[in-house]
Amino acid sequence: MSNYIVKRIFASFITLWIVVTATFFLMHAMPGGPFDGEKKLPDQVKANLETKFGLDKPIMQQYGLYLKNLLKGDLGPSIKYEGRTVNEIIKYSFPASAKIGSVAILFSLVVGIYMGIVAALHQGKWQDDLCMIIATLGVTVPSFVLSTFLILIFSVKLKLLPPVGFDGPLNYIMPAIALGGYSLSFIARLTRSSLLDVIRQDYIRTAVAKGLSKKTVIFKHALRNALIPIVTYMGPLIAGILTGSFVVEKIFGIPGLGREFVQNITNRDYMAIMGVTVFYSAFLVICNLVVDILYAFIDPRIKLE
Amino acid sequence: MEKLLQVNDLKTSFFTHVGEVKAVRGVSFYLDKGEALGIVGESGSGKSITMMSIMKLLSDNGKIINGDIYFEGKNLVKADEGEMEKIRGNDISMIFQDPMTSLNPVLKIGDQITEPIIKHKNMNKAEAYKRAAHMLSLVGIPSPEDRMKQYPHEFSGGMRQRVMIAMALSCDPKLLIADEPTTALDVTIQAQILELMKELREKINTSIILITHDLGVVADVCSRINVMYGGLLVETANTDDLFYDSRHPYTWGLLGSVPNPNTLIRERLKPIEGQPPDLLNPPKGCPFAPRCEYTMKICMTDRPPMFEIGENHKAACWLNHKDAPKVSSPFKRGDK
Ligand SMILES: Nc1ncnc2c1ncn2[C@@H]1O[C@H](COP(=O)(O)OP(=O)(O)OP(=O)(O)O)[C@@H](O)[C@H]1O
Ligand SMILES: [Mg+2]
Repeated sequence: MSNYIVKRIFASFITLWIVVTATFFLMHAMPGGPFDGEKKLPDQVKANLETKFGLDKPIMQQYGLYLKNLLKGDLGPSIKYEGRTVNEIIKYSFPASAKIGSVAILFSLVVGIYMGIVAALHQGKWQDDLCMIIATLGVTVPSFVLSTFLILIFSVKLKLLPPVGFDGPLNYIMPAIALGGYSLSFIARLTRSSLLDVIRQDYIRTAVAKGLSKKTVIFKHALRNALIPIVTYMGPLIAGILTGSFVVEKIFGIPGLGREFVQNITNRDYMAIMGVTVFYSAFLVICNLVVDILYAFIDPRIKLE
Repeated sequence: MEKLLQVNDLKTSFFTHVGEVKAVRGVSFYLDKGEALGIVGESGSGKSITMMSIMKLLSDNGKIINGDIYFEGKNLVKADEGEMEKIRGNDISMIFQDPMTSLNPVLKIGDQITEPIIKHKNMNKAEAYKRAAHMLSLVGIPSPEDRMKQYPHEFSGGMRQRVMIAMALSCDPKLLIADEPTTALDVTIQAQILELMKELREKINTSIILITHDLGVVADVCSRINVMYGGLLVETANTDDLFYDSRHPYTWGLLGSVPNPNTLIRERLKPIEGQPPDLLNPPKGCPFAPRCEYTMKICMTDRPPMFEIGENHKAACWLNHKDAPKVSSPFKRGDK
């Protein structure tokens, strides 16, 4: 088991290194630099700035320097914001994203699994149809459309929720729905089909034949098995919430890392783009590792070797 | 004496998108206390569905459409889910064909065996664990306390079937239904499990219904045998009479498929030629007529009644009618 984890951690470092390298060179291959804005800077000013940030050095040297700092946990200075480091930017904006993200994950898991169970237990009845219509809408409607609709209904028409800002729990509701909508629908479908499959298994018949009540059979015997695929979906789920945040945070004016990242890209803030990408990748890699270990705990047939 | 189980004219159907599958089409039989009854017949003859009807374990599209099932005088057909929950695993328990898939893969063996004990015997966890360990050692599982902490995938097929048997017997059921308990196992393991069942039968006074394809297996364990074909009971007799004085050509066919234990070389099994009847549109007459060597005109048009042959012996074949030509079983006393 610990052997497996060591191997996985090593593999994670390789993955991260590949991501860093690819991002670094791709970014440098893009036409235009961080100082090419609407207004053209005087050549001398531009050259000075490039010297300041080391952008005039040969590319391999820049790359080596970046890796060296990265190993120390230093993501470098922001090119656009005077006097701020990328580490500070992340520290400042990630908590908002994390809050909205975890609410969205919790929301999509709880409601998605609940809808899936209801649909499976009422297969072919109206409850099933209703849940599956919602789930189909959820996977087909993009989050920016969903966001717009939510704002239109709950803020403009019903005046129940504030459309933008990040002041209190009321601000969490719409972004969490917009962010978690897709995953919720996916989880609902997955839970439904998985539970329907499990219910037909021989061991469920055994459980009923023992005289257990329907409730015990479903919640103790069927659900544990039916939720195994949901655990495997946790990795993609978190990744989806992360990428979703780019759009959703911008729409709802949440001062999070997703909005920051989009800003960095428009600004061509090399250091910030690199830093946030590395941060996102590390975060995902760790999440996937945790999910895999969790998986082995839930399904005793999996041996971590 | 009151019968433990009395099934009268049971009919069970499945309602599918292609139509009504008449899986059981009017089956009557009984079981005395302490008796071991065998049920044989080819695949699809309705053996399992008859038992599932007794336990009310039919899938959602399956329904008992006629008949009564009296268990200790109580009609199970009319019992509701709550009453059935008290009977299942307690008064009647069941072992299934495939031990590899019959245990829950994510729950520890101990959890699974103690469940019915806690539910039916009103024991707390600790007492139930003690009882479960006792049951496991009874079915020949060494160091049961340790084994109870393991998961099903850590057990072999034969061991899992022992666990299933221990679980089924844990609440001292009055009736144990074993649906092909050895079919999915290796030949040597099959023999061990059968030996165990015979042994337990002597120790614990439980009535048994044993379902199998294999007449050889029932002969060993059961005193009486029901032969099923096409959703019907076609012959019932004491084991001896069925082997040496059978009155149904289908039973003769089955006997022909049993390897002769006297010849050292396993004889090639002679399967019965032809297809079992279509249960969506069952034939009007005898379901076996299209495959029978002795078919007469009446066989195609009228379903044969159960002819009384002797004590406990009935056969649904027109050959037993007083006007029918005399044909007798190719298997006679002294053959074996
Ligand atoms: N859920 C179902 N839906 C439709 N038909 C079914 C269903 N379950 C069983 N049947 C049909 O009922 C008939 C009897 O099945 P049953 O399982 O009782 O046979 P069996 O005698 O136990 O056979 P085997 O030896 O293969 O176990 C079969 O023809 C089968 O196709
Ligand atoms: Mg069967």
